[in-house]
Amino acid sequence: MLRFLVNRILQGCVLILIVSMIGFAVINLAPGGPLSQYAMTPGMSQADLDRIAHQMGLDRPLPVQYLDWLGNMLTGDWGRSYRDQSPVLDVVWRHLGATLLLMGTSTAIAIALGTMVGVLGALKRYSIFDYMATVGAMIALSIPTFWFGLVAIFIFSLELGWLPAGSMYTVGDQSLGDYLIHLIMPSLVLALVNVAIWSRYMRTATLDVMHQDFVRTARAKGLPRWRIVSAHIVRNALIPMITLAGLQLPTIIGGALVTETVFTWPGLGRLFIDSLGYNDYPVIMGLLMFSAILTVIGNFLADIGVAFADPRIRLG
Amino acid sequence: MSNPQTAPLSSPATTSVPTRTSALRRFARNPRLRKFMRHRLAMAGLVTIIVLTLACFIGPYLLPYDELYIDLRARFSPPLTGAHIFGTDPLGRDIAARLFSAGQISLTVGFLAMVLSTLIGTAIGLVAGYFGGWSRVGLMRVTDAFLSFPSIFLMLTLAAFLRPSPTMITLIIAVTSWMEVARIVEAEVRGQAGRDFTIAARMIGAPHWWIMFREILPNIMGPIIVAATLTVARAILLEAYISFLGYGIQPPLPSWGNMLNNAQQYLDSAPWLAIVPGVAITLAVTSFNFIGDGLRDALDARSVN
Amino acid sequence: MSDPILSVRNLTIRFKGDGRETQVVHGVDFDIHPGETLALVGESGSGKSVTSFALMRLLPEAPRCRIDGQIRMGGTDLLALTEPQMAAYRGPRIAMIFQEPLTSLNPVHRVGDQIAEAIRFHRKMDRTAIRARVLELLRMVGIPDPERRMMAYPHEMSGGMRQRVVIAMALALEPELLIADEPTTALDVTVQAQILDLLRDLQKRTGMAMLFITHDFGVVAEIAERVMVMYSGRIVEEGSLGAVLERPRMPYTSGLLASVPRFEDAGQSKGPLGTIEGFVPSPDKLPAGCSFHPRCPQFRPGLCDQRMPELLPHGRPAHPVRCLRAPDLSLVPEVPA
Repeated sequence: MLRFLVNRILQGCVLILIVSMIGFAVINLAPGGPLSQYAMTPGMSQADLDRIAHQMGLDRPLPVQYLDWLGNMLTGDWGRSYRDQSPVLDVVWRHLGATLLLMGTSTAIAIALGTMVGVLGALKRYSIFDYMATVGAMIALSIPTFWFGLVAIFIFSLELGWLPAGSMYTVGDQSLGDYLIHLIMPSLVLALVNVAIWSRYMRTATLDVMHQDFVRTARAKGLPRWRIVSAHIVRNALIPMITLAGLQLPTIIGGALVTETVFTWPGLGRLFIDSLGYNDYPVIMGLLMFSAILTVIGNFLADIGVAFADPRIRLG
Repeated sequence: MSNPQTAPLSSPATTSVPTRTSALRRFARNPRLRKFMRHRLAMAGLVTIIVLTLACFIGPYLLPYDELYIDLRARFSPPLTGAHIFGTDPLGRDIAARLFSAGQISLTVGFLAMVLSTLIGTAIGLVAGYFGGWSRVGLMRVTDAFLSFPSIFLMLTLAAFLRPSPTMITLIIAVTSWMEVARIVEAEVRGQAGRDFTIAARMIGAPHWWIMFREILPNIMGPIIVAATLTVARAILLEAYISFLGYGIQPPLPSWGNMLNNAQQYLDSAPWLAIVPGVAITLAVTSFNFIGDGLRDALDARSVN
Repeated sequence: MSDPILSVRNLTIRFKGDGRETQVVHGVDFDIHPGETLALVGESGSGKSVTSFALMRLLPEAPRCRIDGQIRMGGTDLLALTEPQMAAYRGPRIAMIFQEPLTSLNPVHRVGDQIAEAIRFHRKMDRTAIRARVLELLRMVGIPDPERRMMAYPHEMSGGMRQRVVIAMALALEPELLIADEPTTALDVTVQAQILDLLRDLQKRTGMAMLFITHDFGVVAEIAERVMVMYSGRIVEEGSLGAVLERPRMPYTSGLLASVPRFEDAGQSKGPLGTIEGFVPSPDKLPAGCSFHPRCPQFRPGLCDQRMPELLPHGRPAHPVRCLRAPDLSLVPEVPA
């Protein structure tokens, strides 16, 4: 167990380190560079720019800047937002809740729906339902999430007037019901792609398990069909899905970004888009790092989850 | 996979015509081709893509309007107003004309990004899988790193800081979507590296590049072609995402993504602004995904014979 | 003799796939009587496992597999039952143990829970009663330290122990008939003997009948009272253990017998073990006439390749044999008994 922990933490650190190098290189080698925001200011001379660059340490060699930044990051100093000078970690923290709420709800919906569709498709293989689910999943994977969001807003907000077109709550009314009604559309829109992915994998996993000997044993025991499906087929088919959930995390974060934009949801995705607009490098870099750390933690949790779900796997 | 095209090359020029027809016939009788042709969704996808491509590249010549022609008197015309079959946009430009020339850009960006990312992915996968050891560990770790944060974050960061011309967008999509191909190729090569013909080639002293490109690569073309087809679908989607968010193809140049850029604010008054380009994107991406699915069925070594 | 607990009449099984229909079992008839052990013997591909799965109704469902005939148990035709009705028979009436103890247990559940599950869905018993019964069963199948072992997962046990768990599971509801599908094939020789001993002992204690499927006449001699030999989906010889083992009338049976290694021969080799040349024909390419004729050492052209022989009594003691040459052949086992 200890060896597993140390191993995984080391692997995760290497991964985050590589991500940070890629991100740092991209931001600092880009033609505009961190100085571009000052270059826009009228009356700024080249000498002024050089002085600012010197103050910010931007005239040092890139590896030195990187190590400096890395040291600061490790000690919890992720820099300050160019926009309002508040610490990056505070900014990220302020937007984290909204994103986690959206991602969590949407993932729960996707897992529930995807599992159902996948298992039914496998149990009734080659049926009309299975065929529709297969084709439907391929189409769902092809629809741009943001466009699906626009169509949903058009139908359910503008035409039918059932649901709010965006944001997380109505100003002045922040009841639970108000939050929920704002959550419905964005979480379903974000779930669509993941239902498709989840149902495909679940179908394959179910088909794998369905023909194994222990399912035959369960039938030979005279168990009712629902019990065979739940305790023996689905229970075992879900194990590889835990790993999948970890691997899908970046896709879900990426999907949240566009969904938040379309639905003006005050989460990390919108923060990222806004920061891009302001050339707010520290926040952009912070979000890149944050998403990588989130993914590493997600995969780590998935590994632990698999070990809990499958007694054959020991962490070590 | 046998390659019928190589047959006529070796035959004398005088007999090349009959040989070519027989090669063509042999090609038509290829079980994989027949299997692909029987895949209804893949064929539907292929037909859709051909029609869509023809419409985008020939359509503009048949329409009475130019995609840049501004007619402020005809702003927000709904579809089927006069000759504006899909209506007009907030500047009175013809949406059909914009849709078709946007399609030229979106499809070209998607296709070229696929070519580039497949080349990058194949090269990395080949080297990692063939040489193994530290080069494998190093390259695959980098691949994992790229996979472990949402590629749209990196893509937007790049697009925000670089000048977003169509060429640059193509490059940006390519450098952020080669990882799947690299993983597939790496796994396939690892499976091939221990095979008899590879070992035999090593024994006769063939150089590494020869073994990689002449012995291994032809054997793993199937999975690469499938992955490449799915990458076109992905690349078209990614272009749409970044253009929608305003960091992709810049107006006045139209792309399917940037046509949707302002659509949200007019959703109430002019919903066709959002619907028409979205349907085009969905059609194109679905078609490539269907073709990829058909190719997977047809080229999967286990499913033939 | 008492009434049979299970009687099979004209059992016919066809599989459908790729637009073709393949008949794998051709009109099989037999009875199993209370308390007896009937061995069903044949090479792989002879249809013996398919037959046993049909008794449990464990074959694929209707469009892919068609089962005709009757399987009667206490006045009920099992083939006419709905799936939930059949589920009520599996466990308390007929139970089954399988060839691969490694894969026939669910890897993610504790073995105790898997045995308890077999009881829980058939009997109204509370937790403590079920737990007590599970412990009793584990003790009965000879698993040491059952309190600890019931908490174990299948992968923490050896193959022999797992097979004991499978047996405990099958016996949980004291079935009238136990179908054992090659239960010792995947085990080491010493463990094989232990499992056979266990089954014999359990049968004595519970009085259940047993249908024992195997390809190994060595195992048959250990356990069976009556033997049925199957080839290409048909029964080709049937009789008491003595009649079939000592005076086989069908050349296929003789061939199978000759391929069994014997302890008596150890060290004084009389040449290679007997084998039957060739393979069991594929069910969709059965030869004309007797299915066995292409491999038969007694094949007579113009006779054996013309018509399928009937299952008729021959020999002394007389027992059913499916062979056209049975009247004019006086076979003895190639290795004298």
